[in-house]
Amino acid sequence: MSIKAQEVQTKQPVNSNQTLNDKSRPIFDVQDLNLWYGHDQALKNITFQIPEHGVTAIIGPSGCGKSTFLKSLNRMVELVPTVKTTGKVMYHNTDIFSHEMNLVELRSAVGMVFQKPNPFPKSIFDNVAFGARMHGIKNKKKLRELVEKSLREAALWDEVKERLHESALGLSGGQQQRLCIARCLAVEPEVILMDEPTSALDPSSTLKLENLIHDLKKQYSLIIVTHNMQQAHRISDKTAFFLNGEVIEFDLTTQMFTRPADHRTDDYINGRFG
Amino acid sequence: MNKTATERFWFSVCALFAALTVAALLFLLYWIVIQGASVLSWSFLTARPEQNMTSGGIWPAIVGTFYVASLTILISVPIGIGAAIYLNEYAKQGPLVRMIRMSIRNLAGVPSIVYGLFGLAIFASFIGLGTGLLTAAITLSIMVLPWVITATEEALRSVPQSFREGGLALGATKWQTIRQLVLPSAIPGMATGSILGLARAAGETAPIILTGAAYFLPVAPSSLTDQFMALPYHLYILATQHDQTEVVRPIAFGTAFVLILLVILLNLTAIVIRNRYRTKNEQL
Repeated sequence: MSIKAQEVQTKQPVNSNQTLNDKSRPIFDVQDLNLWYGHDQALKNITFQIPEHGVTAIIGPSGCGKSTFLKSLNRMVELVPTVKTTGKVMYHNTDIFSHEMNLVELRSAVGMVFQKPNPFPKSIFDNVAFGARMHGIKNKKKLRELVEKSLREAALWDEVKERLHESALGLSGGQQQRLCIARCLAVEPEVILMDEPTSALDPSSTLKLENLIHDLKKQYSLIIVTHNMQQAHRISDKTAFFLNGEVIEFDLTTQMFTRPADHRTDDYINGRFG
Repeated sequence: MNKTATERFWFSVCALFAALTVAALLFLLYWIVIQGASVLSWSFLTARPEQNMTSGGIWPAIVGTFYVASLTILISVPIGIGAAIYLNEYAKQGPLVRMIRMSIRNLAGVPSIVYGLFGLAIFASFIGLGTGLLTAAITLSIMVLPWVITATEEALRSVPQSFREGGLALGATKWQTIRQLVLPSAIPGMATGSILGLARAAGETAPIILTGAAYFLPVAPSSLTDQFMALPYHLYILATQHDQTEVVRPIAFGTAFVLILLVILLNLTAIVIRNRYRTKNEQL
């Protein structure tokens, strides 16, 4: 535990109040982002700034473009061959769509956790070590430390430390999802994108994952798409409400859930549609 | 007829047809063994044909078939897997890829004698390789390529998209993702398809007659340009081209038995590989 904890503490001391501070610099500065699947426009003139650290929730009814938006932040959306985008997403002063952006570096810095847990058909250890190995780390001691550190951070270490070399497919759904988070942490990202990470999980696994998200937000910038408004309310610092490919409202979560500025937001969070 | 009777009737018809298929296969095997039993012995496998092929064994033909089949695998599997990876993982899906796929499918339907003619004209004459092991193997490779490509593409398609997404999202390159995540899951399918293609190549006669198989050679080939004897061609000669076909009939059946055994062995290997990887993947 010791090596790990020290590193965590020395890395970037973050004041938890700061996560709520509107003036902290943005991790993503989204400027007039438009996206089409073929001829269908999925995102329209998206412009807002996602703060560094803390949790930003993205809510909205099915088909509103929230997953598409999330996947455009690490350009995974481009796996769909017909995708076209315009506009900018600034990440550390570089537009992620520009030629200067190295896709491998972007995806290492901006990790992603999928809706359905997708462990590889490998051992628990090899799953977590996968990214690091792909980025050239071969030293066995270093890999072991990294795997332990990542599994601890993902609150999975105690459950799997006795069976690191067994198949990851033998884990429960909730454990698999935390393994996917550990796998993502092992690449040492700055941002973690989560696409409805609890929608395939039972309530107790969901609770564990939400607690984990609460711990992770001190050190990472988390952007979470969720269907579940109570969840958005519980875990996020800021919330963006998407509707038909547009951002209707973006505000502090407490503000949005008590006094939404737009009547459509009000209707949605109060369950009058969606 | 009431429903139950109809059900029973069609069930019986289907069962009968299934039984007929099995019966045909078993009868074929039985017949070959009975007819060839008199010549089957260890020396039949290890000796060369004697006295104008009326006695002795089939060793040069076994070796020839083994060589040409191995060479065919060495040539066709890397090319086929590479082509399938390109088509399925890299190429932008569109009219061009559709055209390539259609060509591959049509290639699979070309009669094998046409491949033989093609091999003779292009590799033996035009390129100047002459007739021999290499020319025959290249020709057979082109013939089995559609099988290898199609089997590999099927295997690649059966790998869940979430593996690719997971790999890419961790910052792995496309090749790393394919190499580390997609290919290991696709190996069983690729291996089975390749081996089945090979089994077909080992049994082919027409292409090798034109490109390198010899009527009779007392020794195994020693270089890539040597001509060679092969089991299917030997069988063809014994059955129809020999001046004493009745006398050598048992040898022909013995040869057929060895050839069938070889093909069954190849198929079994394919099954074993598939099962081994399947259990390995389940454990991991």
